[in-house]
Amino acid sequence: MAFTPAKEAYPGKVYSVAIGIGEGAGAVGGENVLPFHSFEGAAPNRPVIAFEIQDVPPADWPESVKKPFAAVSDDPVKWAKFCQDELKAKAIALRLVGTHPDRENRSAEEAAKTVKDVLAAVSVPLIILGSNHAEKDAPVLVAVSEAAKDKNCIIGKAQEANYKTIAAAAMANNHKIIAMSELDINLSKQLNILITQMGFEKERLITDPMCSALGYGLEYTYSVMERIRLAALTQNDATMQPPMLGDIGMYVWKVKETQAPEADLPHWGSLEERGIAWEAVTATALLVAGAELLIMRHPKAVEEVQKTIEELI
Amino acid sequence: MALTGVEIFKLLPKTNCKKCGHPTCLAFAMKLAQRQATLDSCPDVSEEAKKVLGEASAPPVRPMTFGSGDKAVKMGEETVLFRHDKKFVNPCAFAVEIKDTLSDADIAAIAEEVAKSEIDRVGQKLRIDAIALTNASGDAGKFEAAAKTIAAKAAGVPVIINTENAQAAEAAVKAFADKRPMIYGATAANFEAMANVAKANKAILGVSANGLDELSMLTDKIKGLGVEDMVIDSGARKAKEIIENNTLIRRAAIKKNFKPLGFPIINFIQREDSLHEALLAVIGITKYASIVVLSSIEKWKNLALFTLRQNIYTDPQVPMQVEQKVYAIGEPKPESPLFITTNFSLTYFIVSGEIENSKVASRLAVMDCEGLSVLTAWAAGKFTASKIAQFITESGVEKDVAAKELIIPGYVAILSGSIEDKLPGWKITVGPREANAIPAFLKARG
Ligand code: B12
Ligand code: SF4
Repeated sequence: MAFTPAKEAYPGKVYSVAIGIGEGAGAVGGENVLPFHSFEGAAPNRPVIAFEIQDVPPADWPESVKKPFAAVSDDPVKWAKFCQDELKAKAIALRLVGTHPDRENRSAEEAAKTVKDVLAAVSVPLIILGSNHAEKDAPVLVAVSEAAKDKNCIIGKAQEANYKTIAAAAMANNHKIIAMSELDINLSKQLNILITQMGFEKERLITDPMCSALGYGLEYTYSVMERIRLAALTQNDATMQPPMLGDIGMYVWKVKETQAPEADLPHWGSLEERGIAWEAVTATALLVAGAELLIMRHPKAVEEVQKTIEELI
Repeated sequence: MALTGVEIFKLLPKTNCKKCGHPTCLAFAMKLAQRQATLDSCPDVSEEAKKVLGEASAPPVRPMTFGSGDKAVKMGEETVLFRHDKKFVNPCAFAVEIKDTLSDADIAAIAEEVAKSEIDRVGQKLRIDAIALTNASGDAGKFEAAAKTIAAKAAGVPVIINTENAQAAEAAVKAFADKRPMIYGATAANFEAMANVAKANKAILGVSANGLDELSMLTDKIKGLGVEDMVIDSGARKAKEIIENNTLIRRAAIKKNFKPLGFPIINFIQREDSLHEALLAVIGITKYASIVVLSSIEKWKNLALFTLRQNIYTDPQVPMQVEQKVYAIGEPKPESPLFITTNFSLTYFIVSGEIENSKVASRLAVMDCEGLSVLTAWAAGKFTASKIAQFITESGVEKDVAAKELIIPGYVAILSGSIEDKLPGWKITVGPREANAIPAFLKARG
């Protein structure tokens, strides 16, 4: 029997969001098909992987992911340059964990200085993340938005509790923002609506439906992403059309599978490779579910995911 | 597409005789369409109607069992394209390739590795499911010898006999008589001979083609030769083609009920770089493969792939749960510590695993929170001070313990005061946040 492929054409499309400025600038999103379905539509931009760096040394990262950065991670500027120049990063995500009140409790001014220094050192797009302390993030992200004025950065994360301040600062200084909600398609939609109601353009949003690691709730993130992407395409729902972020590294590198030595758990195999595989598998699954922007840590995991993306295009 | 109630109605006798237990033929037709009744309840249905309805009501992806005994693998039966619509049914099987050009000792070593690959995760036993024996030598005698080694060293493991040569297949398949092996495979060039071997040996037939059009024609022809159980390979090897073809196959089966592609999919994803191969497997697992064939099965890779498969194939509506009760870990004495957690399987297995690691006999009170994790249950109002107090009181654990002390998860430290208020006479101790700190926590208590 002859076969006629059932191709799908969707009414909706994901916004193409430009990030960064100058020679290193790029874009994410823009497709009018499900992930890697270029056989039935257009997917103009490849997914982008940002290397995660911090404003303070990664004391709480497991050994195997600390090691590749050992020579540079005492200084965010060196670290950022290393990612761009040696690891050929397409983007960098600077997480300002040092501002968390329970950590070094750095001030908003210190954070702004770090951002300025990093921006002066690299040309690839920069994602600037707070410490995920909703209260403290508000002043910190306002200060860094100003410090990075007109550099077209991605500022995050705006949550229900603090989106007003963060969106206003990003708007005034020409940045994109990440809107994060907690694993619920309706909460995600609602937050995007609230932010756009402030006058923030929907084409400047990135949705973070919240990540979870392989074996620790990955299936929830996977399905929420799939549902968001389907709503964007099949229902042409503008509130679901921003590109999606998978903030992979910080979820993966705290689970037991990325830390337990082989000596304790011989049936789990080599720790080094297990940790890298954990991050790369989580990332690839979320790409298939619809993530267009990933934040990752281990260079080897990034390299392998990049290789897989090339094979998928 | 499956037939609608009205379409089915047109094929029924239309006498409304009620022998099927339904008031009218139409009512019965509606039940059939919803798969809540079976055709055999109507005694008067014509042979013609039986044939049409039988075809239409068969599951869109043909169910079949590969292998036999307790290691048999179920395949097919899928009903949806996206897991949030309904649970994916039969998890993607993992097969490792063994080439018959390897020495007998190497073949035996890999076969044994497969036989010992089983691990336990969240209460499920997971393993490398199958072996794909490839006739890389081109020599039927070598192939047969390798088959015998595998049958001996990995007894009961389902086997794919990978050759396009019908004589070689015939020679090797004998080592798995009555074990329901798979012969892969049939191509446009050899399908008649292969279909005969598969039929004579009650094997599943793997069918490979160049693209979906050729594949559809081939499965149709093979079906005409009397082979029903097929597994299909579109020829896709690159990630891009795998997503494309697997998606088009699943769509054709589910949305159009297109029978020539209504079979489980096999993907060959061997790569020299083992991690890259693992990422290809991610694509197979998430995008509709029923079997992926790997070239190596390192433990770290198995663990990651087993876990992903488990995640993707869990029921999206019902989290995996364990029974509410006070579990004994080791042989607790009255003075042994008492912990509390929720009944989400993952939470229970992580926490009980860490308590076991600590080698301190303990009691773990597992409270029914509809399968939610500690923080989710707390946020959803199911793991609250009053509910915990009620559970502890009703469990009767009080009479088994010397000191009335309850250790709660560190993430819900905030509950400690209110639990103490609601459980007079009890001391509430806040444990560590992450379960992997439990051994150190117990050690520090002495
Ligand atoms: C998957 C998930 C869900 C799934 C539910 C999965 C499930 N079966 O529970 C869904 C999507 C349904 C969900 C829903 C909600 N969720 Co939710 N969810 C998660 C997520 C991503 C992972 C949870 C998980 O599986 N953890 C793994 C298990 C093993 O962790 P655990 O049970 O806590 O166990 C660990 C420790 O607590 C410790 N431990 C456990 N027991 C014990 C016992 C003792 C004695 C000790 C010492 C230690 C210990 O050991 C374990 C490992 O270290 C978390 C965020 C995250 N990444 O952690 C949010 C999270 C738990 N969810 C949250 C929220 C708010 C919700 C909702 C209320 C809101 C919403 N988004 O819709 C709903 C409520 C659900 C409802 N029915 O009403 C919040 C809770 C915030 C808070 N601090 O209260 C979180 C933390 C997200 C966040 N950052 O805000 N969620
Ligand atoms: S038994 Fe058959 S003929 Fe009689 S009412 Fe039912 S469907 Fe109609």
